[in-house]
Parts: sequence; structure tokens; C-alpha cells
Amino acid sequence: MGFFLETLIGGLMAGMLYALVALGFVLIFKASGVFNFAQGAMVLFAALAMARFAEWIPGWFGLEGSYLGTAAAFVVAGALMFVVAWLIERLVLRHLVNQEGATLLMATLGIAYVLEGIGSTMFGSSIYTIDVGMPKDPVFLFEGIFPGGLLINKEDFIAALIAAVLVGLLTLFFQKTTTGRALRAVADDHQAAQSIGIPLNRIWVIVWCVAGLVALVAGVIWGSKLGVQFSLSTVALRALPVVILGGLTSVPGAIIGGLIIGVGEKLSEVYLGPMVGGGIEIWFAYVLALVVLLFRPQGLFGEKIIDRV
Amino acid sequence: MSRQIGEVILDLKQVSLSFGGVKALTDISFNVREHEIRAIIGPNGAGKSSMLNVINGVYRPQEGEIILRGQRFTKMNPYKAAQAGISRTFQNIALFKGMNVIDNLMTGRNLKIRSNLIQQAFWWGPARREELEHRAKVEDVIDFLEIQHIRKTPVGRLPYGLQKRVDLGRALAMEPSILLLDEPMAGMNVEEKQDMCRFILDVNDQFGTTIVLIEHDMAVVMDISDRVVVLDYGKKIGDGDPDEVRANPDVISAYLGASH
Repeated sequence: MGFFLETLIGGLMAGMLYALVALGFVLIFKASGVFNFAQGAMVLFAALAMARFAEWIPGWFGLEGSYLGTAAAFVVAGALMFVVAWLIERLVLRHLVNQEGATLLMATLGIAYVLEGIGSTMFGSSIYTIDVGMPKDPVFLFEGIFPGGLLINKEDFIAALIAAVLVGLLTLFFQKTTTGRALRAVADDHQAAQSIGIPLNRIWVIVWCVAGLVALVAGVIWGSKLGVQFSLSTVALRALPVVILGGLTSVPGAIIGGLIIGVGEKLSEVYLGPMVGGGIEIWFAYVLALVVLLFRPQGLFGEKIIDRV
Repeated sequence: MSRQIGEVILDLKQVSLSFGGVKALTDISFNVREHEIRAIIGPNGAGKSSMLNVINGVYRPQEGEIILRGQRFTKMNPYKAAQAGISRTFQNIALFKGMNVIDNLMTGRNLKIRSNLIQQAFWWGPARREELEHRAKVEDVIDFLEIQHIRKTPVGRLPYGLQKRVDLGRALAMEPSILLLDEPMAGMNVEEKQDMCRFILDVNDQFGTTIVLIEHDMAVVMDISDRVVVLDYGKKIGDGDPDEVRANPDVISAYLGASH
């Protein structure tokens, strides 16, 4: 029982991180109908920026070893992501208003390569580490209840907590503020939103800024777990089944999808893995997503698309 | 009626619009006076919706100019139009389907909101006061359109006639000086049409809103409009008060087919 719970909790925590990346996809898709292929590149770019600034800034201002330096690096990296968002809107999206979905998808594919290129030019292409001072040591919980207790990775736990808080804040922002309402309006109908005086361009910049921020948080968390390297941009690929499972248009879907995939991966690896010789963790999520596609093409929580014929 | 028709508020001069080789509008001029109800009619494909989209800035005409309150607009866009006090409804309702009626109407207040993102995020003094003010205005619109009972319903679930009414409500929430209505009564039954007519006349009468509307139901158009402009194949073939237009031979032949 203890072992099962341990696996379950591990899965939930990993799932929260998938959800965080998936959230980036959903935000942009909802607001602009664009499937943002560059989300992974944004995660990498943000992580690179964070890793390097955390190294440079304390050096420039003599803040070595203090939390202030790390915080400053985070703020600067965040600002950089805002600039990136603004540039993407200005240089690419603005010129593609009302174009086909496929055109926009190709544009984001282009953005992905440009971002990766600029990222490695600006920040170098070696492997970096991000150390934001997260505790690495595992802890044992409930030792009284289970023999030996539950082994929980503190870092994962804190990361999942941060992700959960971020998701909660974003939900509040979307549901409760005037700007959030304008964002939802744009997501529903561009033309109508424009006609009532919602500035489309500004809304897009805001959405990409939010997606940039989400990418930064995801980048920092994944980066401090795995190290910052080129393969970080493929983290986005692992979030793809999450989006398919949860539905591209649903924020809660991204979260629950992430949790299902996280738990599914871990449990299947542990309990089904031995039967087929192990290593299912890598492809399990994709198979799950395929099965969902067969029965609910819009995902578990996505809007059902009904076309009048 | 209490309202007084005033000066020319919107003047279109020699507007031509084409899409590639297709001429949607050719050399069209007409004006709209303050506080009047101005109808645009014409057979299918006459360019009525295009005309409305030119006023609203969705389409930018290749030639001609739009003069709004004496100010020339060569590059109109929907955002500028909204800022200048023009709001509109859509032929195929374009409401925000995932939101409820109140939220839909609240989006109509967007331009009037002064608090910034950070104030909103923290639900802080001015933002909060503002939200309440706007909410009160929206409730007024809800009362006016008699849709109190559906205020919390997601609009996607409402029947067509009510969706049309909410669409009008969102436009009214902007407190426009000019209201563009694209076939406000299309697809409605008689009772719904009567309601809609009453709302249009009341808006015009109570708020003095200038109204430009496109409508196919001739009886309705002749009944409620002050002046009518008639388009056919993108050209203007008639302009005047309902009686004049009814007597115009070009209009009769466009609608009934010419006798050769």
C-alpha cells in the first residue's frame, strides 16, 4: 500500500509539471486559435535565460550566493519573455490575422527554430544548471502509518505546489478580471471582440506574455531537475498527449490531463512494465492519448465541435 | 415623437469596394443624420452587409471617404469605429458563446474601463468601484431588453430570438451614438419581430441613438425608418423617405424584375 501511494504521489507531482507545459499550449490556442508549436522552444529559451542571468547578474552586482541574485535573474528572464511575446505579436502574428490555422501553425514552427537559434547564440549551447535553492533531499512522511514511511521527493513536491498555485492564479485572472473577460471574448470570436472595442493586438501580447511566464516557470522547474540543455524543448512533446487528453480548449482539462498522464505513466511502468519488459513510461502517454482520440476526438474536456452540414 | 432629427453625423462619399475582380460597391454616397433611423435595403448580394462593414471598418474601401462628425476617416478599423461610438450587431449572431449573458454585456463596457491590469489583478480600489458601476449600467440594459430571467445563462444555450436580443444588448452596453444593425429580425417569428421593432424604436427614442439598419422585411423597414437607401448590384438606385422609395421605378424593377 505504501509503495502504491508513493508511486501515485510521484505520478501526481510529475503530472502537475506536464500540466504546466500543457497550460501554455491551451492559453494560446484559446485566445488566438493557434496551436503554438514554439511552446517547447519558449520553455528552453526561458530556462537558458534564467540559467545564464542567474550566473551573470550576481557577478555584475556582487550578489553571489544570495537569493536576491536569483530573484533578479528571474525578473530579468521574465521581462525578456515579455519582450519575446511582444516581438512575436509585432513581427509575426499581426500580419497573419484571419489566416488559416495551418498557416499559423507553420509560423509558430518557424518561431520555434528562430527562438532556439537566438537562444543558443545569446546564451551559448552548453549544458547549464539552474539552482534556485530548492531542497533536493527526499523526506519520509507518515512513518507511523506505513512501515518505513512514504518517500517523497521534496523538490518535486515544491515544484508541484508552485505549478498548482500558478494554475490557480491564472484561473482567477481569466474568470474574475475585466482583462480576463476580454481574453475569453477574443477566444470566442475575434470579429465580435474587435467590434466592441477590444484591442486584438494588445490581447494577443498579453496572452503570449502569460504563456511566456508559464514557459519560464516550467523552464526553471524542469531545468533545475534535468539541467538546461537543448533537449528541454522536447519537454513540450511530452505535454502533447496531455493536451490531446484534456482538450485544447480547456484549462481544467490541461491540469486533469496532466495528472492522469503523470499517474498513468508511473503506475503503468511499475505494475504493467514488468509484464512487457519495462520501458512503457516513454510511450504510455501517447497510447493513452490515441485511445482518447478514438472515442472523444475533442479530448475529455474540450468543446465538442458540431458542424452544420 | 420627442426626438429631433439633427445634422448629418455620418457622411459616405463615393465609396467603392472590390474584392479582386468583384465589385461589391460602386461609387456609393449617402449620409446619416443624427437621431434618425436609416435603413439600407436591396436584393440578396446587393452589397448591404459590405456597406455596413465599410462603416464599421471591417472592410477598407479602395476609394471614397467616410466622414464622421466632420472628421475624415480614410483608415477606419473596427477598434477605431468602436472608440468613435459606433457599435454593431451581426447577421449571424457573434456572441461569446461560452460566457453568460452578463459577461457578454460586460465585454461591451470594455472601452470604458479605466483601471489597469494590475489594479484588476488585485481587485483593488478603483477597479472594484469601476466594476460595480459598469455592472449597474449592464443591469439597466438587461432591464431595458427584458432579459432579467436569463442573465446568468450561457448564451450558447439560449434560443435564437433571445440570442439576437443579447447581441443587441452587447451593442447597447457600449452606449453607442451610432448603432449598426445587420438584419436584426432575420429568422424571427412575428412576435419576436414585433419585440425587436419595439426595442429599436425605444432605443432611438429614449437614448437618441442614430440607427443604421439592414433588413429584408419590407413592411418593417417602411414602418420604422425615417429614410431608406436602396442598393442593387453594388450601386445605389434609390434614396429618400419610405414613400419616395416605394414609388421609385428603379426600386420596383429591382425588386420585381424589370419588364422588357
